[in-house]
Amino acid sequence: MSEQAKHEEHQHHVTSPVVYIVILFLLLVGTAATVWASFIDLGPWNPVIALAIATSKAMLVVLFFMGVKYSTKLTKLTVISGIFIFLGLISMTLADYMSRAWGRW
Amino acid sequence: MSDSTAIPHGTQAVADTEHSAHAEHPPYQRHHFQSVEQQADTTNFAMWLFLLTEVMFFGGLFTAYLIYRNWYYPAFVAASHQLDVRWGTLNTLVLILSSFTMAMGVWCSETRRKNGLVLCLILTFTLGMAFLGIKTIEYHEKYEKHHIPGMHYSLQSFLDPASDEASASYGDKPLPLDMARHTEIYFFLYFAMTGMHALHMIIGIAILGYMIFRARAGAYTTGHVTFVENFGLYWHFVDIIWIYLFALLYLISRHQ
Repeated sequence: MSEQAKHEEHQHHVTSPVVYIVILFLLLVGTAATVWASFIDLGPWNPVIALAIATSKAMLVVLFFMGVKYSTKLTKLTVISGIFIFLGLISMTLADYMSRAWGRW
Repeated sequence: MSDSTAIPHGTQAVADTEHSAHAEHPPYQRHHFQSVEQQADTTNFAMWLFLLTEVMFFGGLFTAYLIYRNWYYPAFVAASHQLDVRWGTLNTLVLILSSFTMAMGVWCSETRRKNGLVLCLILTFTLGMAFLGIKTIEYHEKYEKHHIPGMHYSLQSFLDPASDEASASYGDKPLPLDMARHTEIYFFLYFAMTGMHALHMIIGIAILGYMIFRARAGAYTTGHVTFVENFGLYWHFVDIIWIYLFALLYLISRHQ
């Protein structure tokens, strides 16, 4: 193996299959938990719990399967600012709908 | 590389230095990048920018769903009872497994395991097809019950829930006509969101087919993993969209 190739492999993070297996297991547990929780009547908390579990699962996928945890600062900043803008757009849209029909919803 | 042969004789000295420069970097490094690392970071950044446009695109659909669900809440609850949570759960499992096989594919590519990579890509391809197969079963059921929005849309399951097995199992009460009509909006959003997701799956499966073909020729196991890695990002993104679709379309009105 040349020096160049060694240098490259040093730069490029390789996630171990053990990590992938653990994440797979956690995602399966999360799926079971969210299906189970959906059959219990928690009133207004059902959607909250479902979205919280979905978001935890999505974070596991983003951090480990998509490797953002091991990526450059630029990628991390890109992902975080993207999520931030998305949440900003959603909350502004919902705030508009709520405030237009104030008291009638 | 063809560019060094295009250089006229007068600049032979320049051509020679370029040749020696070739020897110092692997053939898959483009000339406008300083290093393989910089090239990988750049393509990774670009892929994430593309995925963020996708987040905004699906985000619009999710916002529409959120707003209409709040407006026509009883209609959305009754209509979501028509989805079979067992098919939805099975599809979630299939897609999570396919994300895992894809992640393993990236690992095989990084550690230069050609046979492993081909196997992982074939498994991902197969699981993707299984997902679409299950989705077809679900779509067909909607077709049979006239729950596809349009001219032949039927309100029977919502005006007379006792006549419908799925609605009856939840003990749904009949909806007034004007509310029952809004179930069509639920199904419109259901088909728009899952259909757009399925389209992403179809595109992904097509690219996977191409990758299996190339991987068998040894394409991604020479140290150049960018294509497999960035396709992996796309595939995982499609998985994340489904995680949210499953929660919002299938689960949040189960208990009612």
